[in-house]
Amino acid sequence: METEKKPILEMRGITKRFPGVVANDHVDLELFPGEVLALLGENGAGKSSLMNVLAGLYRPDEGAIFIRGEKVQIDSPRDARNLGIGMVHQNFMVVDTMTVAENIILGLTEVSMIPDMGKISDRIREISSHYNLKVDPSAYIWQLGVGEQQRVEILKQIYRGAEILILDEPTAVLTPQESEELNNILRQMTSEGKAAIFITHKMEEVIAFSDWVRVLQHGKLVTVKRTSETNPQELARLMVGREVLFRIDKAPAEPKDVILEVENVDANDEKGMPALKGFSLQVRQGEIVGIAGVAGNGQRELTEVITGLHPVLNGSIKINGKDMTNRSPLAIIRSGVSHIPSDRIAMGVVGDMSVANNLVMKGYRRKPITHGGLLDPRRILDFARRMIDSFKIATPTPDTHVKFLSGGNIQKTILAREIDSCGGVLVAAYPSRGLDVGATEAVRNEMVRQRDKGSGVLLVSEDLDELLSVADRIVVMFEGQSMGELSSADAEVEMLGLMMSGVSKKKAEKEYYGSDHATGV
Amino acid sequence: MIPLITSIIAITLSAGTSLVYATIGEIYTERSGILNLGIEGMMLMSAVTAFATAFHTGSLLLAVLLAMLVGMLLALIHAFLSITMRANQVVSGLSITLFGTGLASFLGQRLGPESNGFNLSGMSAVKFNRLQIEGLGDIPLLGAVFNQDPLTYLVYLLIPVAWYFMYKTKFGLNLRSVGENPQTSDAMGLNVTKIRYLYTIFGGMLVGIGGAHLSLAYTPGWTENITGGRGWIVIALVIFSMWNPSRAILGAILFGGINAVQFRLQASGTDIPSAYLNMAPYVATILVLVLVTVWESHNRKVGPPAALGTSYMREDK
Amino acid sequence: MQLVFEKRKAVSRRAIVLVPILSFIVSLILTGFLLLAFKANPFRTYMAMFIGAFGSWSNFTETLVKATPLMLTGLGVTIAFKLRFWNIGAEGQLVFGGVAAAWVALFWSPFLPAWSLLPMVMLVGMMAGAVWAGIPALLKTRLNVDETLVTLMMNYIAILFAEGLYYGAWRDPEGYGFPGTKLFPEAAWLPRFSGRAHVGLFIAIGIGLLLWVAMNRTKWGFELNMIGKNKKAARCLGVNVKRNILVALLISGALSGLAGVSEVTAISHRLQQGLTMGYGYTAIIVAWLSQLNPIAGLFVAILMAGLLVGGDQVQMMMGLPAAMGLVLQGMILFPMLAGSLFTEYRIKRIDPRNSRAAESNEELSV
Repeated sequence: METEKKPILEMRGITKRFPGVVANDHVDLELFPGEVLALLGENGAGKSSLMNVLAGLYRPDEGAIFIRGEKVQIDSPRDARNLGIGMVHQNFMVVDTMTVAENIILGLTEVSMIPDMGKISDRIREISSHYNLKVDPSAYIWQLGVGEQQRVEILKQIYRGAEILILDEPTAVLTPQESEELNNILRQMTSEGKAAIFITHKMEEVIAFSDWVRVLQHGKLVTVKRTSETNPQELARLMVGREVLFRIDKAPAEPKDVILEVENVDANDEKGMPALKGFSLQVRQGEIVGIAGVAGNGQRELTEVITGLHPVLNGSIKINGKDMTNRSPLAIIRSGVSHIPSDRIAMGVVGDMSVANNLVMKGYRRKPITHGGLLDPRRILDFARRMIDSFKIATPTPDTHVKFLSGGNIQKTILAREIDSCGGVLVAAYPSRGLDVGATEAVRNEMVRQRDKGSGVLLVSEDLDELLSVADRIVVMFEGQSMGELSSADAEVEMLGLMMSGVSKKKAEKEYYGSDHATGV
Repeated sequence: MIPLITSIIAITLSAGTSLVYATIGEIYTERSGILNLGIEGMMLMSAVTAFATAFHTGSLLLAVLLAMLVGMLLALIHAFLSITMRANQVVSGLSITLFGTGLASFLGQRLGPESNGFNLSGMSAVKFNRLQIEGLGDIPLLGAVFNQDPLTYLVYLLIPVAWYFMYKTKFGLNLRSVGENPQTSDAMGLNVTKIRYLYTIFGGMLVGIGGAHLSLAYTPGWTENITGGRGWIVIALVIFSMWNPSRAILGAILFGGINAVQFRLQASGTDIPSAYLNMAPYVATILVLVLVTVWESHNRKVGPPAALGTSYMREDK
Repeated sequence: MQLVFEKRKAVSRRAIVLVPILSFIVSLILTGFLLLAFKANPFRTYMAMFIGAFGSWSNFTETLVKATPLMLTGLGVTIAFKLRFWNIGAEGQLVFGGVAAAWVALFWSPFLPAWSLLPMVMLVGMMAGAVWAGIPALLKTRLNVDETLVTLMMNYIAILFAEGLYYGAWRDPEGYGFPGTKLFPEAAWLPRFSGRAHVGLFIAIGIGLLLWVAMNRTKWGFELNMIGKNKKAARCLGVNVKRNILVALLISGALSGLAGVSEVTAISHRLQQGLTMGYGYTAIIVAWLSQLNPIAGLFVAILMAGLLVGGDQVQMMMGLPAAMGLVLQGMILFPMLAGSLFTEYRIKRIDPRNSRAAESNEELSV
């Protein structure tokens, strides 16, 4: 019966090559009006590049695209728009310093030379009330939260007449509750005959959002399924080509002395707004403490005050019993803290230097790398070779510049360096973000190994699965405050979701278990 | 007293004219995300071109047009290097200045009459004269505003037009967005490369007029270092204006005013050695820069275009 | 057919060496057209330049005379550029160093033993250069003030300051109105070894070699490299970015200051007009063309000095403006900047008719 419906979009044999990588290898895709298609795959499976081809950002090396049965050539984003294709990118395509209305009309050819902003705002309000997308057209983007910015993005595409809406990992930045709202919006759009493709690597979302699912693996299409005829386990297997272990094998934690203590810390963010409000936390030797929360609730500031990169306004930070509040990053490194930073390219490596040099970026201060006052290139190379072997970093040579490596291998380079120099505390911010399953597993296992060796590990993550499987305790952060702490053994995703949206543990328990079940506070 | 002040106002406006042209030009260039530190070299080249043309053809119009063309050509080199070849914009701009300075000096010694050893300096040619506007030029003090050369009158018009274009038209919106966030602009269907080329070259054109004003109106003639670092002061003025064309006038008045006062003091023969007086604009530039920077650090929404000085290429992966 | 840039998988080492050499050749060709336009024979002109600069020992010593300050300022600029700190104030740092050297040479000699005068002159001159570079470095690290403009404005201030001195307070009363100070006492002269070429050359070469070791084999150099290529990461890894910038700029300024010292103590033996020949700007070309390699910088400095000396020769012999040398210098950076892209990218041809391939695909699938 579905076969009688004509597809609104067809992609045939799309191939896109990057130097050394085939991002898409003869991929086919069909999309029907009124339906949502999920594009599932690991990071690096080629989902985003396929969609960038459709959005006119990438030029395919081979293949053809048909819209409503007609062959089309999409050479630019403008072509894509004229064909009714609109994409909501993972990092939003908005200009911070301009208003919502200005952003929405940006690049529209039909807007007159001197735009009538009043009329445009009226039209925006019309659409926003129709789809229940609450947005103020005259607000500046920088004044909006992440969820609101996403609404602006969707509104923008509807304003521009998108019939096919592409969403690239739309829920990564949303709370479970906000995701639900997004689902409702998509449902209303498809009920009006529009169609949507959304990119994800989360199985649950595929089940909740989509009608069809296509699974990509290493740039190739491996399967097409009706969502109602599959389940998360099957999808996971299809996605990685083998059964995935959702839980990491690990023994119960044996926490010892407190090694990291954050006490009543206040800190501001870069804009000078409060980011941490009286935040406290303890990490003991031999345990992994997870930090859950929607991005932007003070996690970054937390990792940065601990590592000395960000000033503490009030409160104290103790490492190994010594007060290290507002000490220099070097002093904190010397006190035994290792750091896997949230933005690995910007903060973790020097892309224009070699893998070998990046591996010694902590060791260069000591023997044996420095020898008689001079750096010894031979020892650097020896050390690098050892690290490359034991951490399985895939690099052509130790002299290759780090920027030429894949994300996973960049992260392994950082991991190797930080683990090697670790003196008791490991602060890891989103360590597996954007990595493929293999690299993710390596990173997670390494953290457990560090714990078993007696280090205290602080793991910040937006991936609840990761927190539940790796961490021993989970602290939920919301607007710079702790919403409470759960043992990962008996934490429930829904509970975490409630707490992530700002409900305190007590209230969340009441809401979730009912009032009579408020236990173990 | 009144004649003194009137004359200071008159010199201020005349001295400020070339600064306003070049500042607005550079504001447009920087708004598109391209930092052009070649202004000094471009002004020198357009000044020598304008004067040589005026000297040989006697046509002021042609002189200004050729100066504009030279400004555009040098800006084109910068655009090509920094946009297409993605060169470091600071170094590219510096090399435009080094090249322009050298070539202007070379041309200044080659384009003159044979009788003067092909030297242009010391020659005189047609120049822009002051045109008093009937009725307005006689008002005390304010009259100075209406007793200027045609290029200065044109500047009065340029400032509001440049402001309106940038903030009220679609093209201005596109321009601002390209400098602020090229990825977004590209995804929204704007041609980032084309827009950056366009406004870099447009900026060069205005800088060219600024250069022409120096050698045809403000200090008619050619001397080796006719700009005296004005091209660099322009870079500071752009920061001072916070990338808003309507504020270009403030900086130009400030620096034109310093020039004028200095001019007056020298004419009246003070005891302060002229070298120390001549330092004033440069010291002032540093002070202004420090003040504006400190102010900007407390008010984050007035900073430079976010993508200023960075190159953009879509298939960067 | 269409051409697009494609990122290489590794930095091309061949391109690193070839690009500067090709840049020089392209510059010669482009300037050749300019010469043709003015009815000068480019080959004869270049030959004359070459002979003027390198044709005889005495000509070559003149080239070395100009190469010395270019080496020192070029090395100074190299250190700053390594940090992506755009110090274009080498000219002012040179002048200020020269002024301080003159101050010590002229006014301290009565209070110092003769043997210590020259070392003191050099020390104070270097300190003055360091101060002149330290101010913009402090403004940058403390208040985040853009260094490009501050360093540049400070050039003008230093030059005018020196002018104020040799036209005013320090002017030699017996100098027949010549803008310059009295001759320095001989104890403050930097010895010459041949013609006007002086020991400053050996100091510069020594510093160049030392700097190469420091930049490539020491913790300090390693940190400079990290800061220049990724400031944020350097900070995360425990590098004190601000202190490093300040220290590096003090050294950068000291080297330019030393260039000023050697100019006044070895060449003019007084502070006078003409101390500023634009060495501080040519230093930018030296640094960039040598790709911030101190040893390469020494050779590039000799080449640039050759262009200047050759330009002077061409003026004397062929009546062409000496600014020719400047035009050649200015022209070099264009192809150099354009060519740098090829160290990281290569040109790839793509066929816009790639839809053909898709069509054949389609036939297969139908």
